[in-house]
Amino acid sequence: MTGMTRAIPPGPERVEGRAKVTGTAPYAFEHPVTDPLYLHPLRATIARGRVTRIDTDAAERVDGVHTVLTHHNAATLNPVGDPELAVLQSDGIDYRGQLIGAVVAETPEIAAHAAGLVDVRYERLPHDSEFRDDAAIVYTPDADASPMLSPDLERGDVDAAFAEAAHTVDATYTTPPEHHNPLEPHAVIATWDEEGLTLHDSNQGSHLVRDLLAALVGIDKERVSVIAPHVGGAFGSKGMPHGHVALTVLAARRTAGRPVKCALSRTQMFELVGYRPPTRQRVRLGADPEGRLTATEHDSLEQTSRFKQYAEQSASASREMYASPNRRVTNRLAALDVPAPTWMRAPGEAPGMYALETAVDELAVRVGIDPIELRVRNEPEVAPVSGLPFSSRNLVACLRQGAERFGWHERDPRPGTRREGDWLVGTGVAAASFPTLFFPGSLATIHHESAGKYRVEIGAVDIGTGSRTALTQLAAEALEVPLENVELRLGSTEQPHASLAGGSTGTASWGSTVVEAARSFRTEHGSEPAEGVETTAGAADNPDIGKYAMHAYGAQFAEVRVHVDTGEVRVPRMLGVFAAGRIVNPRTAHSQFLGGMTMGLSTALHEHSVVDERFGHVVNHDLAGYHIAGNADVGSIEVSWVDEHDPHVNPVGAKGIGEIGIVGTAAAIGNAAYHATGVRVRDLPLTPEKFLY
Amino acid sequence: MKPFDYQRATDADSAIATVSRDPEARYIGGGTNLVDHMKLGVTQPGKLVDITRLPYDSVESLPDGRVRIGATVRNSDLAAEPVIRQRYPLLAQALLSGASGQLRNLATTGGNLLQRTRCPYFQDVTTPCNKREPGSGCSALEGWNRHHAVLGASERCVATHPSDMAVALAALDADVLVEGPDGQRTVPVTELHRLPGDEPEQDTVLRHGELVTAVELPPLPFAVRSRYRKVRDRASYAFALVSVAAAVEVSDGAITEARIAFGGLAHKPWRATAAERALHGAPATEETFRAAADAELAEAETLRDNEFKIPMTRNTLAAVLRELTQQEGS
Ligand SMILES: Cc1cc2nc3c(=O)[nH]c(=O)nc-3n(C[C@H](O)[C@H](O)[C@H](O)COP(=O)(O)OP(=O)(O)OC[C@H]3O[C@@H](n4cnc5c(N)ncnc54)[C@H](O)[C@@H]3O)c2cc1C
Ligand code: SF4
Repeated sequence: MTGMTRAIPPGPERVEGRAKVTGTAPYAFEHPVTDPLYLHPLRATIARGRVTRIDTDAAERVDGVHTVLTHHNAATLNPVGDPELAVLQSDGIDYRGQLIGAVVAETPEIAAHAAGLVDVRYERLPHDSEFRDDAAIVYTPDADASPMLSPDLERGDVDAAFAEAAHTVDATYTTPPEHHNPLEPHAVIATWDEEGLTLHDSNQGSHLVRDLLAALVGIDKERVSVIAPHVGGAFGSKGMPHGHVALTVLAARRTAGRPVKCALSRTQMFELVGYRPPTRQRVRLGADPEGRLTATEHDSLEQTSRFKQYAEQSASASREMYASPNRRVTNRLAALDVPAPTWMRAPGEAPGMYALETAVDELAVRVGIDPIELRVRNEPEVAPVSGLPFSSRNLVACLRQGAERFGWHERDPRPGTRREGDWLVGTGVAAASFPTLFFPGSLATIHHESAGKYRVEIGAVDIGTGSRTALTQLAAEALEVPLENVELRLGSTEQPHASLAGGSTGTASWGSTVVEAARSFRTEHGSEPAEGVETTAGAADNPDIGKYAMHAYGAQFAEVRVHVDTGEVRVPRMLGVFAAGRIVNPRTAHSQFLGGMTMGLSTALHEHSVVDERFGHVVNHDLAGYHIAGNADVGSIEVSWVDEHDPHVNPVGAKGIGEIGIVGTAAAIGNAAYHATGVRVRDLPLTPEKFLY
Repeated sequence: MKPFDYQRATDADSAIATVSRDPEARYIGGGTNLVDHMKLGVTQPGKLVDITRLPYDSVESLPDGRVRIGATVRNSDLAAEPVIRQRYPLLAQALLSGASGQLRNLATTGGNLLQRTRCPYFQDVTTPCNKREPGSGCSALEGWNRHHAVLGASERCVATHPSDMAVALAALDADVLVEGPDGQRTVPVTELHRLPGDEPEQDTVLRHGELVTAVELPPLPFAVRSRYRKVRDRASYAFALVSVAAAVEVSDGAITEARIAFGGLAHKPWRATAAERALHGAPATEETFRAAADAELAEAETLRDNEFKIPMTRNTLAAVLRELTQQEGS
């Protein structure tokens, strides 16, 4: 696989890399604790109804069982606005797999065995778990209720423009539910002793977990500490604490100080820690004879759960992407008796840009022009809806540079005409965009140890992205000391408050915080500080927020082969070119983009949580059934970026790179598959049968 | 998961005696299937008898040209065995297309043959399944059945057998050597696995306590030109949607010998005798290949999610035969 040996760009190595590869970096479940107990969760096997009887006698009689928790004996929890955390508070069942109890025992095996002896009886109520467009379940989410939702957008007269357009596309695209499946399963160790509550938890924001859990159990948040020095991936599934954390805390309350350990299994993760909801998106594009958009409509239907709303905003990807005088963008939800969906890497943008960028490719075919040229013709001068100037927008540069590197100009646009052996070969392109966000409220402490050595503390969680390394670099740079002189401590509530690891904001939000704290430190203590002095500070508000439209951009290219006899799809080559502001560490950034693109490839070809509506569960709920791209599926992936200096986004100048890599990848692959075969598949994933005729 | 006893067998007779006596006892080979089932609660044996130290771990070429493969030979070792690679390339290919390197290092010949279906409802004790709990119903029949059978299924069960190795063995006319409390017997591999019928809980014709000791391959000289082609959702590490094992001999443009078996289509590795008949004596042309596939698939019945298996099988068989006969021609 020669493509994979491309040089890794320079940049400091991951500071914890050695600890990780030698197995000494502790993940949540691995923290040494004294005399722990193990928790095995009990889960509902019906999709809706209530528990009428739960007989725990046999389980309690098993040697080594410490406690069996159910809604009968669990402590009362305070409402904190998240129904997922209200575990064991009633006999009600809202979805299959819901937590209905736990066995706590001396070993995980005893707990698992005893869990199998708990006899549960239910009263079943009819449930509805079938995702579909049906007035009985579809509603418009209240956009006023959350800053994360965008209301319906209506500009101009889309219907009239569409009717008059020289070229049109009107197509419906579907994306399936997908589960995050981070390498490190969700795990927590809860210890509740005289000092308070300590959680070793695999999460994306220790302070957020602390605040929620403290409120939930009604203790002072100063008495709760949450520790997460290393997290093995999350992708949004650890963004909010899920029910198992509350369950483990409830258990720890009854063990007289003995730590309680809980590690979810893969199968449990298909029910308890969220997923990307399925979407059904209709895109209508109208264009003039030259391919300039006159009408853009994007209506998305997304699944949510009846017991807890989560609103994916896929259609919003079309709000500011291309110029179009007439525009309609709507997001609707279908509420079902299913587990709650949640953020998954590039929520909204990943499925939304799949639909939009496939439709744009379809339009290019209709107009008969190159899909890159079509995108260039539809570049907006200012952000189309807000009218704000872009802080920087280098989509065209990404497309042009990518075209050059990929050899795009040699491309014969006719579909289904290139064959190598038994494989039909095609190439495709798609654009990517992801908003540049900033989460306020983080603080960092700069502490001068001695002799120019500094300790920098910020409670941010490095979920495997390389934040620890990037923040160390930024601190060293701002303090004007060598990298080795900075020791960064993060991940824990022992350190100053930090925002969630999400929205691709780590480097922007925490990085700016560290930079500003370092500057404040120098202002306060000068360049020759005394031993032991420290400064804690945060980032000032950015006056440019609201004055500029801020997004990262990218261009995704793919070569796809489809087997003429079997329909198997292979992706021997991908290229991503990104414009994401300042790239703080090329080495780790390269890895982030690579990971995002690989996950995009996996989305395009494999990932699909299959729901059986009769039961309301995901049928293929393990890693043998739920396919994630393996090494053999990945060919050459080339990553590069354009130099972009954006003074407006934040003091670091970084736009965030955690998510943009997955955006547009599936569309590029689907477009290439169309180019290879002439078959336009509009439903992910691109499994072999879809190319068999 | 239920607590269980574990014994390491030192001789076959006592292992057979132990398991035969105790309805709750099971043999364990590599454990890559059985232990999963124990964790999932699909099976709850009270006792495991580990057979991996029994002297069944070698591959021997017998004087009569047959090859005997011991039941505990690991899948990785078997695939690397020179005699297999040279004389039965389809078997080596089938083995290497199965599971992952780590799993193949543990998986045994006997265990691979006797692995159970991957039907997700079978593996999930919270859903009805006739195979796991006779009489409870078949969740796959009207559920997610993309991976399920199109040949030889019943109303009671539409599961497929997941082994790649067994498909190659079926094409090769291998025999399975079995030892039980009443002595030895030989079962052709094509008769080892059952069709589900009214008793889907019975995967095979083996009786409780019978131990697979070896698999024997007939000489079959033309198998040097053979192929195992597996179509799957991922480039590696995925079960077959459809697979084809084939060995052919061509003389003067006509097919003189053909051995064909299909995987992913039935409750057992499916020896395609109708296809073989259609090929026999016919010219090695695309039409012949497709007619052979159609002959075999004439009785196929598809389910909600697996219609694609028909064209996929037909195309894959044609592709494999094309490749094998061209190879021969050149
Ligand atoms: C994730 C995953 C992916 C996989 N992918 C594939 C694939 O693509 N293709 C494929 O073919 N397989 C695949 N497999 C299955 C794998 O090949 C089997 O698990 C393996 O071959 C079983 O062999 P074992 O020795 O581990 O069997 P065990 O688990 O030890 O035993 C299986 C069964 O056979 C019985 N048994 C074992 N040996 C004997 C004997 N000598 N006599 C009588 N009874 C015996 C046991 O009692 C048990 O019932 C996959 C497995 C996993 C977990
Ligand atoms: S197909 Fe067979 S194994 Fe699967 S659910 Fe039906 S009876 Fe069970």
